[in-house]
Amino acid sequence: MIYGLCLILFLVGFYGIVVKRNLIKIIMGLIIMEYAVHLFIVLVSYQRGGIVPILQEGQSISEFVQLAVDPLPQVLVLTAIIINFGITALVVAIAIRLYEKYGTFDINEIRRLRG
Amino acid sequence: MTPYIIALLLVFMIIGAIIALEIRDTLAAVVALAAVGIGISIAFLFMGAPDLAITQVVVEVLVLLILIRATISRDVTTIEAGRPQFVMTISVCALLILLLFSLHMVEVLPTFGLQDHMVNIGNPSFHYLSEALSETGAANIVTAILLDYRVYDTLGEVTVLFVALIGVWTVLRKKGRLRGEAVAFGQKEEDDEA
Amino acid sequence: MKPDQGMSLIVKTVTCWINSFIFLFGIYVMLFGHITPGGGFPGGVIIACSFILITLAAGKEFALKLFSLDDASVVDSFSIFLFLFIGFLGLILGNYFLQNFMAAGEPFRLPSAGTIVLNNVAIGLKVGAAIFAMFMYLSLFRLDEGEETE
Repeated sequence: MIYGLCLILFLVGFYGIVVKRNLIKIIMGLIIMEYAVHLFIVLVSYQRGGIVPILQEGQSISEFVQLAVDPLPQVLVLTAIIINFGITALVVAIAIRLYEKYGTFDINEIRRLRG
Repeated sequence: MTPYIIALLLVFMIIGAIIALEIRDTLAAVVALAAVGIGISIAFLFMGAPDLAITQVVVEVLVLLILIRATISRDVTTIEAGRPQFVMTISVCALLILLLFSLHMVEVLPTFGLQDHMVNIGNPSFHYLSEALSETGAANIVTAILLDYRVYDTLGEVTVLFVALIGVWTVLRKKGRLRGEAVAFGQKEEDDEA
Repeated sequence: MKPDQGMSLIVKTVTCWINSFIFLFGIYVMLFGHITPGGGFPGGVIIACSFILITLAAGKEFALKLFSLDDASVVDSFSIFLFLFIGFLGLILGNYFLQNFMAAGEPFRLPSAGTIVLNNVAIGLKVGAAIFAMFMYLSLFRLDEGEETE
């Protein structure tokens, strides 16, 4: 059920990209899709009763291995968050440039004014 | 207990996302988007990923700032509801069909949180968890993987950030764009200052 | 500088008090990334946030006087070369590129994890400078546009 909710979150973002006409709303849909994907990767790796993959002082390693959640997806998502921040900044820059040229965020208007 | 909390958070996030996409006022939409990000961060915290929670909160604040800077006092005119009815209906139907198919796909995945041996012997994560302290000396396994075992990944990521910075600068610069080709082929830049 | 640059006096005073602590917290998160949650990415972003707070509270001119865009590009390029330099040191002193050639040291102490600490610092500087520069580009553009229309 939780995976299904996460998919619904993804599809809400997709709906924003497909249906909306405002460029800022499209960027928001993109960000929501990114969030849903990050959350999905971490959800799949979750283990019930899992502890944080950070060793405390005086903790035995064999017990730690049994209890800790999988650290590898967290690393991948940590990289992806920063990359997605770069993507967001780039897309916002392009949107600002389009606004400066056409004076609107409406993509239909932009298409009509092209040329 | 944790699955219910996360399900609740997900419902909260879906509502926030719908509000962010549907509300008329752009500033309110940005704030609703920030609520989605904070929800994700709390979910990370419940799933044992504090590194991700910290990063997500901080990046969320920055995305909020950038979107507000981009939108506020710029687009005052609200764009009325979008496409024709026909296109809307077709898109929503296609999304629902996509949801049905992907729900079938989800059944293949293991049940949420019920894996007994997620990190078993053959998994690379098992090696990371058991050997990282003696091999690298870092107590935080996530950092040990990020900066020791998979440091090429980080190198590529840093490169991507660098390229994104150059891209933002290229898209937004004022010089060398209005005059077209003449400036691009090496004319002096100071006569271009408007 | 225009007198109404930035926000009100209250915001400026609170920023003046709180900003150094945010900066210090960023450095802490960056340096202790191998023991506690955190690391180079969030630490760098927190450091960038402290400068962005100055920008929002005291105006762009003041922030750019403190840390200009040229400084940001220098720090950005320098830290990515620092990262590569550590990698080539691994190639020279060890066996392969980006090898952790230093000794692991005593666990749970600050100078423990070999090159991980240095890499954290390099990545933190890189991310902080890059994000600050991105934010400044995005907001400077609006300044230019405003001057044109007025």
